[in-house]
Amino acid sequence: MLQGIAFYLLATVAVLGGLMVVTAKNPVHSVLWLILAFFSSAGLFVLLGAEFLAMLLVVVYVGAVAVLFLFVVMMLDVDFVRLREGYARYLPLAAIVAGILLAEMIMISLAVVSGGAAADAAGPVAATADMSNVEAIGRVLYTDYVYIFQAAGIVLLIAMIGAIVLTLRHKPNIKRQNVARQVGRDAKTAMEVKSVTTGAGVTPEDLV
Amino acid sequence: MDFWTTPLGWTLATAGGILLVTVGILISLAFLLLADRKIWAGVQMRKGPNVVGPFGLLQSFADFFKFVLKEIIVPAGADKVVFLLAPLLTFILAFIAWAAIPFAPGWVISDLNVGILYIFAISSLGVYGIIMGGWASNSKYPFLGSLRSAAQMVSYEVSIGLVIINVILLAGSMNLTSIVTQQQGMFWNWFAFGGGAGTWPTIAVMFPMAIIFFVSALAETNRPPFDLPEAESELVAGYQVEYSSTPYLLFMIGEYANIVFMCAMITLLFFGGWNPGVPQDWLDALPGWLEQAIYLVTFFGKTVFWFCMIALVKAFVPRYRYDQLMRLGWKIFLPTSLVCVVVVAAWRVFAVGS
Repeated sequence: MLQGIAFYLLATVAVLGGLMVVTAKNPVHSVLWLILAFFSSAGLFVLLGAEFLAMLLVVVYVGAVAVLFLFVVMMLDVDFVRLREGYARYLPLAAIVAGILLAEMIMISLAVVSGGAAADAAGPVAATADMSNVEAIGRVLYTDYVYIFQAAGIVLLIAMIGAIVLTLRHKPNIKRQNVARQVGRDAKTAMEVKSVTTGAGVTPEDLV
Repeated sequence: MDFWTTPLGWTLATAGGILLVTVGILISLAFLLLADRKIWAGVQMRKGPNVVGPFGLLQSFADFFKFVLKEIIVPAGADKVVFLLAPLLTFILAFIAWAAIPFAPGWVISDLNVGILYIFAISSLGVYGIIMGGWASNSKYPFLGSLRSAAQMVSYEVSIGLVIINVILLAGSMNLTSIVTQQQGMFWNWFAFGGGAGTWPTIAVMFPMAIIFFVSALAETNRPPFDLPEAESELVAGYQVEYSSTPYLLFMIGEYANIVFMCAMITLLFFGGWNPGVPQDWLDALPGWLEQAIYLVTFFGKTVFWFCMIALVKAFVPRYRYDQLMRLGWKIFLPTSLVCVVVVAAWRVFAVGS
């Protein structure tokens, strides 16, 4: 019963959060609602016995991805009136897409409930006493599918390098700090002792 | 004892545990805050707070009442809900992370299987309180401060995560109780010193990892020398400029709770947690209550020791420049801890065996 209450609570919050993401007027509020939706979904994962996935969802999506969203949205100078201009125009298209998604989800749910093709697939296995789900995921990811995992890593690396190459600009006349050179400096390279005749004074040329 | 296993008894026991931990932390925070100020004063050869109560012991409580009795000012044009939500979020997140911390064997509210990950997840949420507070203030200084803070916390979370992976690899578990239990016995079994007979050569990477964790913890909690988000010299007080009264108090308590929490983490992950570093037989020979008491005192002693270290760093070390801070995080800590993960993983596979 407690699980049921928790499920309906989390599910309601997640759906409400999702709804508020699209209806909130202020984009920053949208991102905050999105974070709430993420967090509730993490709670749903815990209810399923997939606590590792739940924690990863919070660490990766809430802790990193949503922070970047918030960063970008806060710094953009958004004109709220212009943003809502095309609302009525795009509504029919959005309704069609949403309708198709809903139909697909209902079909899948029905297939699972009625024991169709989806029921034959291996269901998610909760943690057992001798193997936590961290270990189970680790075995699947790093032993059974290690090459695909590595390939995914390489794809991400290429994307990252691509982004850096596209955006990196070296300004020619900017002064950069080289900490190793600064620290490695000793008295010989840092200063020069000039002998100045007493009483004769110095001109700027002498000091160069 | 049967009553405590029924749903009602379990709920009561857990609620009692939560209350005990929360109140305990709040009261110890009052004195740790005073200790922080006293140590800072001591380094600068001042006396520090010494007026309220004997040796100024009640100073924190006086401050508390002063904060609570002031008027809460919400700036015009501020986003009211988010503005007031931000300090609450900081406060709550700082406290729910303690749920997975084992103070002594069995003295834990929730002995999670993925305890470390839970803690890591909660601490990665901490940035929201600051970001929301800075944005909702509708002012430039808080906003700049919160942006700095977000960038800083996300950067140092990466190196903290990698350092934690080293400990997980060495311990082979994400459960904090089992991580601490593996460090029992003599002090060279602590993970900072390599983790005992089988894995002692890993001291070469684990001790530097403990240091990196300590420095990253400073940056993560916005402590000096990394307190750029609230750099008084250029940003007045960073993200909390517009906060007054109780919301400010919540921010401050949350910040200090996070600092003490990081001290507890260093203790648990690297310095043996509740283990006092003597052979386990000696402790087992003692009567049960004394053994538990020794464990508790050891844990609190180590945590307070690390808190004192953090307080001393605040007094000794000059503030970093922002680009230096980013350089340290991304160009030094991240590659170092990444290499160490590879080394420890290789050690696990080739020397210890799976």
